[in-house]
Parts: sequence; structure tokens; C-alpha cells
Amino acid sequence: MSEVKEIPAVWIGGGTCGGCSVSVLNTVAPSIKNILIDEVVPGRHISLKFHMNISGGSGDPVIRAIEDTGKQHKGGFVLIVEGVVPTAEGGVFCAVGEKDEKPIPFYQWVVDLGKKAMAVIALGTCSSFGGIPGARPNLTGVKSVMDIFKAEKITTPLINIPGCPPHPDWFVGTVARILIAGLPTPEDLDDLLRPKDFYGLLIHENCQRRSYFDEGKFAKRFGDPGCLYELGCKGPITYADCPIRQWNNGVNWCIKAGMGCQGCTQPEFPDFLGSFYEKLTDVDVPKIGAYWKGRED
Amino acid sequence: MGKIIIDPITRIEGHLKVETVVDGGVVKEAKCSGMLFRGFERMLEGRDPRDAQIITQRICGVCNHCHTTAAALNLDSAFGIAGKIPDNGRIMRNLTMGFHQVQDHILHFYHLAALDYVDVAKVATYEGSDRTLNSVKAFISRGELAPFVPRYEGDYRFPADVDQELVGHYVKALEMRRKGHEATAILAGKLPHACSVTPGGMTEVPTVDKIATLLWRAKELREFVEDCYVPDVIKVAETYSDYFEIGKGCGNFLAYGIFDLDGKNPDYTKRDRFFAQGSTTTDLKHQPLDLDQITEWVKYSWYEDGTTGRHPTDGETRPQPNKKDGYSWIKAPRYKGGPYEVGPLARIAVAYAAGDTAVKEMVDSVLGHFKAPPTVLFSVLGRHAARALCTLHIAKNLENWVLELKPGEPAFCEYTIPDEGAGVGIVDAARGALGHWVVIKDKKIGKYQCVVPTTWNASPMDDKGEHGPIEQALIGTTVKDEENPFEIVRIVRSFDPCIACAVHLLNHKGRELRRYVIA
Repeated sequence: MSEVKEIPAVWIGGGTCGGCSVSVLNTVAPSIKNILIDEVVPGRHISLKFHMNISGGSGDPVIRAIEDTGKQHKGGFVLIVEGVVPTAEGGVFCAVGEKDEKPIPFYQWVVDLGKKAMAVIALGTCSSFGGIPGARPNLTGVKSVMDIFKAEKITTPLINIPGCPPHPDWFVGTVARILIAGLPTPEDLDDLLRPKDFYGLLIHENCQRRSYFDEGKFAKRFGDPGCLYELGCKGPITYADCPIRQWNNGVNWCIKAGMGCQGCTQPEFPDFLGSFYEKLTDVDVPKIGAYWKGRED
Repeated sequence: MGKIIIDPITRIEGHLKVETVVDGGVVKEAKCSGMLFRGFERMLEGRDPRDAQIITQRICGVCNHCHTTAAALNLDSAFGIAGKIPDNGRIMRNLTMGFHQVQDHILHFYHLAALDYVDVAKVATYEGSDRTLNSVKAFISRGELAPFVPRYEGDYRFPADVDQELVGHYVKALEMRRKGHEATAILAGKLPHACSVTPGGMTEVPTVDKIATLLWRAKELREFVEDCYVPDVIKVAETYSDYFEIGKGCGNFLAYGIFDLDGKNPDYTKRDRFFAQGSTTTDLKHQPLDLDQITEWVKYSWYEDGTTGRHPTDGETRPQPNKKDGYSWIKAPRYKGGPYEVGPLARIAVAYAAGDTAVKEMVDSVLGHFKAPPTVLFSVLGRHAARALCTLHIAKNLENWVLELKPGEPAFCEYTIPDEGAGVGIVDAARGALGHWVVIKDKKIGKYQCVVPTTWNASPMDDKGEHGPIEQALIGTTVKDEENPFEIVRIVRSFDPCIACAVHLLNHKGRELRRYVIA
């Protein structure tokens, strides 16, 4: 039997609802069991040193496990950050464990482990862009990992996997890419550090209801056929492959289920310019198709 | 006398510290503190009321669908359409909540709680041909046991063959809970964080292909619950039977009821629900639900004393970080002036007390198996058993509800947002009684309040000095090995705490740097 290479990983959570973790549990092939137990690709196993919802232990032993990973595997482990990083008032709004009877701010973990990691994955819109906790009035001074890395001049490769939550394939696919082909190059990522493989096209470009838009057939109430643009769909400004990939093993996705896209992979989420249920304002939506010729309002 | 501080408590949702004072091996004092501030309440003020539908479920990525449902009922009520939701909308909401709760309880037992009882390492001695167990064996033989170790060591009691069988079920349960999410998403759009539950009903419509696939998905989940989950809880109960005597708690139980069987009565406290609303105590006598009896107390929370003792709709959140006696950011909600446990045990106890014959039959059958009186329910194992029975009861009815859907008929009714108004939405979430309250001003959210299950269970002392339910369950417990305090983590996890929910309400200014906890 050939030797299995262990890739250490640490998954830390800050200001999070846990939804990104739960979404990753929904991965189909590989399954979450494959990811935790088996070789995720032949000869490579991810050794998840810490995860808040899965770890067997509690208390000091798991805190030591995180610290030891940083020391023993410097430059060789993947750091996964879920949730926002509160920065107001010294980061007191969220801390992980204690040292010398003092709490360790989550901010500190992100900086310390971020410097030591081989690569950092900001998983979810919270750690990528601020997300829901960063919505106005942002009382806790929430920042994204990207902003903290800029401020602290941390140059560790960073990949954003936004989504509220992200699709499990976006995360698993990114990890698989790192294991099989190495870290993504700058050309593989968009200007918001999202892998183009998953975030390269607008929802609007591949939408199942696109033909309704082109024909100008707009749903006026929920449950009706038609494009959901006038019911608040954010698909025209949102980058993600949901229409092709679909969700939960491909059974459904937001627009198929009759609700507009909520724009959850975007830095504008959730504030945008208005309600989730109101038509986009001040957005230049491409008007394609014969119906629109001469009919633009 | 010594302190046992467990920080972080893992395998729960969110951030929790438990501090206990142990004297002569017995817990004399217990304090639960859970803290992570995200400020949902303030965030909602001034927004379109409908946006609460999308935003509040992000309070928690585990119980998101409970918030979705509570928010929808709350907004229906504020928009004056609580009695007008079409049956398809009502039934699809029940189904999404039902599939979601089944997977949520499976997740809790196998993936959050079971590792306190099941020794994964014993798979190292497995000799059979099961591929799953052999892959776990290979994993163990590679010597990289993270994230299952480090852990507390000692009190694992099953023989190797039972541990191995349960590890096999742990892996199978990962697949089943995923499938539970998939079934929910067929009607809810996606999970976590559904999109199709909406004020007025559902944006999704029932079709025959959905009905057919949901029937088979419901059957598969039901069979797993019948063949694995319920028998496995009984195995744990037989082997760890001393836990029928550990972790009793406060002995008061509150349930808001769940799964509307009738959509016409706009008063949710009186609506016919599959699990009944109400309260009870260890005497199992039923009392009707009265939401006016809820108050929130703050003497031991970091809030100004002037805000204590108010109903959630009049509540204020004025923080006072350095307050003497304060030890938690969670307020202390009380019902009829006392602490009340919420969750599956409360749901089962209230339904039993209300004379629900199906629930009574299930409970009596389990009690008969153990030749035990109903009082053993009020314990660590009672909570696990009640959670399993809730799951079984729902799983047995999902197929009937699927068949009630009517393709071609509406699932959504229109409404207008009032200039001024108020609403309430109550459900029994997976973890217990969940209430959303809204006040609308100028067609915007003036105020939005959630009182969530873990706020009830993990509450600190109230102004009278009476401890919250988890604290009461801890106090008096004998801890056999202070280095490996199994009793404490088993008690806490039996409540299935969800701290992300419990602390979302917190407001904050100038809090001093203290122990913060993450798990």
C-alpha cells in the first residue's frame, strides 16, 4: 500500500451561524465521510485538526491542537475561516479559547494562523465580505479576512468561497484543486478572489427563467410562471453557477423554487440598494432579445 | 473545592462556556455563559418587514428552518393574513419543517451527542467485511485521528461490537441527514437558508413529481429512524442507565406547538397543532399556553437593571458590561415567573399531558421497556429518548402530509404591508419554543424580537436567584473524574444547546475583555 500524505487543516469559526459547515456536510460525491475519513484523492487525506461542531474533545486539549498545528505544520496546513471577524474594541465580540486566563480574540487567531498557513480559504460570505453580520449598522466592526490580510500585510494565498451558505461543491472543488493541481493562480480567481470555475458567470446568464426575461414575461405574484426580476431577483448582478449546478444534490435552487436570487455570493449582500422583495434599482441590466427592441422603458 | 471550566464546549452549535464549582466531587454551583454578538435586532430596524424572512434564518445555520417558519408566521400575523394561508402553503411549510427536524434530530444524536458514549477507536479491532467500518479502521491505523481526538477519556462502556455497529450508524446518519436536507429543499428551494417560505405561504408549488419523490424520501428517513435511531438511543439508555438519574433540570416544561393542522385560526396559541401548545411540570398536568406570561429578567445578565421583568414586546436591550453580579449576555426568560425547559422533552411532556394518544402510546412503550415510571424522562437519557420519539412521530406522519398536497391549487396569498402593525410567530423549533415578535412602523420594521429555545435553557439566574434549566440540571451532579468531566458535557449536550441563537439579541457597548468562548 502506498503511503498516504496527510494534509493538515484547521477550520475556525468566528461570527458565524454555522451554516457553511452544515452546507459542507451536504456534499454528495465525495461525501463528508469520504472527506473526513478516506483519502479525498488517492494518496491524500485531509487531517482536520479542529472543527467546532465535529471535534471529539472540548476545552484546552482542542485549543492545544490548533496551536500545535500552527507550530508543527508552518507553511503546510490549510486554514479555513468561517464567519466574520469582529474588530471593534479590540475584537472582544468573539474569541476562541483562552491563554493565561485571557480570551484569545478571533481576530488574533486569523492573523496568527493566517501568517503560518500554506493557504487560507475564507468560507462563506461572512468571512469573504462581511455578509449578514456586516450589514448596516455593523455594530461589531466586522471585517472580511481579505481586509484584515490587507491591513496586516499578510501575503498568504487567500481564496474566497462566498455564499450564504456556499454550495458544498464550491468548497470541495476548491480543496480538490489544491490537492490535485496546487493552489489556484491569480488568473484562476476573479477580482474578488473567487474561483472563476464556480463564480465566473452571472446567475442571469444561465437562468432557467431567462427566456421569460427575454420575452418580457414577468411574474407578478409568487407561484406564477415568469421571470422573477420584478419580485426582487438579484440574479442580474450575482456571480455563481447555481442555475447549472443547482442545490442539495441538484434537487432545486432559489429561482427554480419561485423565489428570486438573493445575491448571497456578492459583497453587496444583504444591504444592496433595497429589499430582497423589491426590483433592483440603479442597475444596468442587459436587455437581450427581440422583444426588447424599441421597448426599453 | 475546585472549578471545572470547559471552554470551548464543542459539538454544539455556537459558543458556550460552562463553569462549575465542584466540592467533594459534587457540582455546587453552575454558570452557563454563551457569547457571540452579531446584532440581528438592530440590523433589522428600518428594513422592509419581508426582509426579516431572509435575514432571521441566518441567526442559525443549524435551526435556520425553524426561524424561517417562525418569521413567516410572524409576518403573516402582522400583515393580517394569519388565517388565510392556502392549505398547500400550510402543508408545505409543515413538510419542510418536518423533514428539517427529522434530519436535525438525527444530526444531534449521532454527530453531536453520540461521541460522548461511543468509542470510535474500538473500530481498530474490527475483523468483518463491512466496507465502511474497514475504511474507518484504515483511517485509525494511519494514526491521524483528528478531529475525533483529543477527547475526554475513560467512561466508554460499550463492548467493541456495539461501538462498531454505532460507528457504522454514525456514518449512515451523515448520509440520512443530507437526504433530509435534500427532501426539505425540494419544497424549500435550498438548505441551509431556504428561500421559498414566504409571508403569504410558499413561492414553490406542489407538483405530482415532487409528491412522488417526497413519499419515497419520507419512507427512507422513517425506516432509518425506526431501524437505527430509536433502537440506538435505547442501546445507549440500557448501557448508561445511571443517566436516567442525572441531569433532571428545573421540572417545568413549555411548548409552543408545531405543525399546523388547521390554518384558519389566526391565534397560534389556540390553533390545532400536531404537537400541542402549553406547559406542564413533572406532574404531567396540562396548562394552556399564555404568551402574556413571558418575562425577561436581567439581574444576572449584563444589562441595566431598569429593563428587568418585561414582556418581550416591551423589552429593551440596554447593556451594562461591568455590572456587579452579571455573568451572562443571555437574559433570563421566565414563564409564570419560573424557569422553563424547552425542547423535545418539553414537547413530549406537554403533548403527553394534553392527552395526545399517539404520543402517550410511544412514551408508555419506552417506559414499559425499561419498567420505569414517567419521572425517569426528566433526565439526560429522557431528553435523548424524547428527541428520538419526536423524530419518530414526525417521520411516521410525513408521508400522510405529502399526500395532502393538491397540485394546481395555490400555495400563496397576496397581502399588503400595513403602515402600522404588530405580529407574533411561535413554533416549537427542533430545540424548543421559538417566538418572533415584530412591530411595523411606516411600513418598515420598528422593532423585531426573537426569544429562542436556548435562551430559555441556557439562561442565567433570574432576579429571585433561581437558576436556569441547564444550570439546575448541573447542580448536584456527582463528577467522578474531574479531569474527564463526562457528566457535565453529557448533561449540557442533552439539551442540544444552540448558542448562536441564544445570543443573537445582544446589544453591546464597551464590554471589557473577559473570557469569551467558542465551540
